Amino acid sequence: MPRKLIAAVLAILGAVAVGAIALHRHEPINALWILTAAVCTYLLGLRFYGAWIAAQVLTVDATRATPAERLNNGRDFVPTHRAIVFGHHFAAIAGPGPLVGPTLAAQFGYLPGTLWILVGAVLGGCVQDMTILLLSIRRDGRSLGRMAHDELGPFGGFAALIGTLLIMMILSAVLGLVIVNVMKHSPWATFTVLATIPAAALVGLYLRVWRPGRVLEGTLLGVVLMFLALVGGGWVDHNPGLRGLFDFSPLVLAGFVMAYGFCAAILPVWLLLAPRDYLSTFLKAGTVVLLAVALVLAHPQLRMPAVTQFIDGTGPLFAGKLFPFVFITIACGAVSGFHALVASGTTPKLISSEADVRLVGYGSMALESFVAIMALIAATLLDPGVFFAINAGAGVVGATPQAAVHTITSWGFPVTVEQMQTLSAAMGEQTLFARTGGAPSLAVGMASLFGSSFGRGMLALWYHFAIMFEAVFLMATLDAGTRVGRFMLQDLLGHLWAPLGRTSWYPSVLLASALLVGAWGYFLYIGVIDPNGGVNILWPLFGIANQMLAAIALAVASGIILKSRQARYALVTLLPLAWLALVTTTAAWQKVASPDVRLGLFAAAADLAGKLKSGTLAPARAAIAPQLIFNQRLDAWLTILFTAILWFVILAMIRVGVRRLRGLPLRHSSEAAYRMSLLAGATTRVSP
Amino acid sequence: MNSSEPGSQGAWWRGARAALRRAAAVVRLLRTLSGDDAYERYRAHHEQAHPGAAALTRRAFYEDAQRRKWSGVSRCC
Repeated sequence: MPRKLIAAVLAILGAVAVGAIALHRHEPINALWILTAAVCTYLLGLRFYGAWIAAQVLTVDATRATPAERLNNGRDFVPTHRAIVFGHHFAAIAGPGPLVGPTLAAQFGYLPGTLWILVGAVLGGCVQDMTILLLSIRRDGRSLGRMAHDELGPFGGFAALIGTLLIMMILSAVLGLVIVNVMKHSPWATFTVLATIPAAALVGLYLRVWRPGRVLEGTLLGVVLMFLALVGGGWVDHNPGLRGLFDFSPLVLAGFVMAYGFCAAILPVWLLLAPRDYLSTFLKAGTVVLLAVALVLAHPQLRMPAVTQFIDGTGPLFAGKLFPFVFITIACGAVSGFHALVASGTTPKLISSEADVRLVGYGSMALESFVAIMALIAATLLDPGVFFAINAGAGVVGATPQAAVHTITSWGFPVTVEQMQTLSAAMGEQTLFARTGGAPSLAVGMASLFGSSFGRGMLALWYHFAIMFEAVFLMATLDAGTRVGRFMLQDLLGHLWAPLGRTSWYPSVLLASALLVGAWGYFLYIGVIDPNGGVNILWPLFGIANQMLAAIALAVASGIILKSRQARYALVTLLPLAWLALVTTTAAWQKVASPDVRLGLFAAAADLAGKLKSGTLAPARAAIAPQLIFNQRLDAWLTILFTAILWFVILAMIRVGVRRLRGLPLRHSSEAAYRMSLLAGATTRVSP
Repeated sequence: MNSSEPGSQGAWWRGARAALRRAAAVVRLLRTLSGDDAYERYRAHHEQAHPGAAALTRRAFYEDAQRRKWSGVSRCC
């Protein structure tokens, strides 16, 4: 009875909050309404939709032994308490995507992003994560690629592998670009971010040589070192002799990022990757809690309008109309195909009872989506004029501060040069103009939030704390992605010549790492020299790739459900799949075929080529034009490739459905046979 | 609360011990969450499953665990 009462209270509270959001138009709204609506939506989704899917569609069975129990080896297969698995799974899926995507999508106003983050997560992302997790548990913890191969045919597996490799490449490039934009000509940020690398190495030595495996001690040491890096950066910044040493141009920084990615891929993991990840996870958990507390304490008003004029496709951060680009841009905060890789990786080997998939699969994604909501709030509580001044590239608003404020003010978002100067001075930066990529504006938003909650005096310190948090977070994904990408590439190359597939053979390690870093480094380089900021091209490309991977995961899940006795419920995954296919295909079509030079990649290439031929470009632009033209065409072909992979997998899934309807023979399900769980409490625990 | 009253000291003591127990539980949770106690759990499993067989050393176990963790997708976007 009390559970029903709680659900009723949540439903009423959520409805009131959503009503308040709907009625507060053309006047500022308090962030608490959005937070309340979000929390109620997630809890109700978890309690009702998640539980219904677990019971009816996935037929979760708490008496069935999981791989963690059946294959327990004390190492990777270990039955683990659900709270611990939840922590591990959330730490693995939470990345910088939900911070960057919603910040960029804020150019449409706060409403479209908020709605898609909530609806997309509850009906799409959470369902995908939970479903893939359970399907992998039923198949001895097999990977998404393997399940695609087993259930949809060899091509399904190949598509998943190629899709994953390409998405890693684009992701690494765009994250590298965001890091570069955070550090460019900022001695404080550069020193702090660079200093976290030796700090991580020291922790790595501590954890391997001095006190093997004492993770808590090592993390504590790392936290102290990171605090020193943060304060040291401020000291360097105020020291006229030193600050010049850490003032780098974007191109040099791009070189650093590539060198770092290469080192992380070839060095032993205990030295750099593992310790950095402990620090990143600690920072992540701390900052998420800090952000939530600060939002409640400060309960700021959102200054961005609910919807801006940029829904017509003329937005300065990236081109394209509200449909489909708000869905492509939000990406990980609502649905992320990447999560399917984790949900079919480490997590299924730890789950001790099938009944835990609702909390671990559905619940983790709901929390991740909540992080996206907080990032959206932090972006939209800024003055819109300031938001656009930070996030719009020089190629869009003009290269000088005067030109930029003039353009932005003419859109109806007043901002002045003095206002921006005061803000940069308070944040301890020389300039905040044209710091594209979302991370700096998020840091400004977080700093003002923390400042108003925990003391205004330390704005610059809070800003650089936020910058450090984001950079460590970004680099943790970048180096892990590069390393996994290296393994995948070696796996592929091994088919050409067997020795290349050996992951410990050094020539092969060096070759695969160089190829991979070269590939994303190329996109990073182009992004750095692109006068429009690069993020405007790379982020939509990443969004399309990520939603494509989500669609592949949902197609695999739908194929399996269609084969099962629960086929009548297949709409649970087919509907989000249909929506993602529609969104991704429309976005890809517009990126390829649109005659608008800001949106269409081929159109932009043709336009630039024409200008280059007629000699109307300034010499600096003309020098880089051939590379930009080549890159735009390459991006267009990549987009076509993504769409082709997506539709091949969907067709394979449809084939399964049609054969099932006609009663034709199907591939056997790869599900492991039922075995009764002997774990204490397994038979008495009620299914959700 | 007046500690000179008979009996109240016992209540205070019980409260302090309950708080200590709770703190110990939090530390245990943190240790498991971070993987700090992974080696002890591995040893417990090993002794039960393969009694008498040699187990990995602390350092070898840590290296092996890291290698396995970072060979697959364990971080997202």
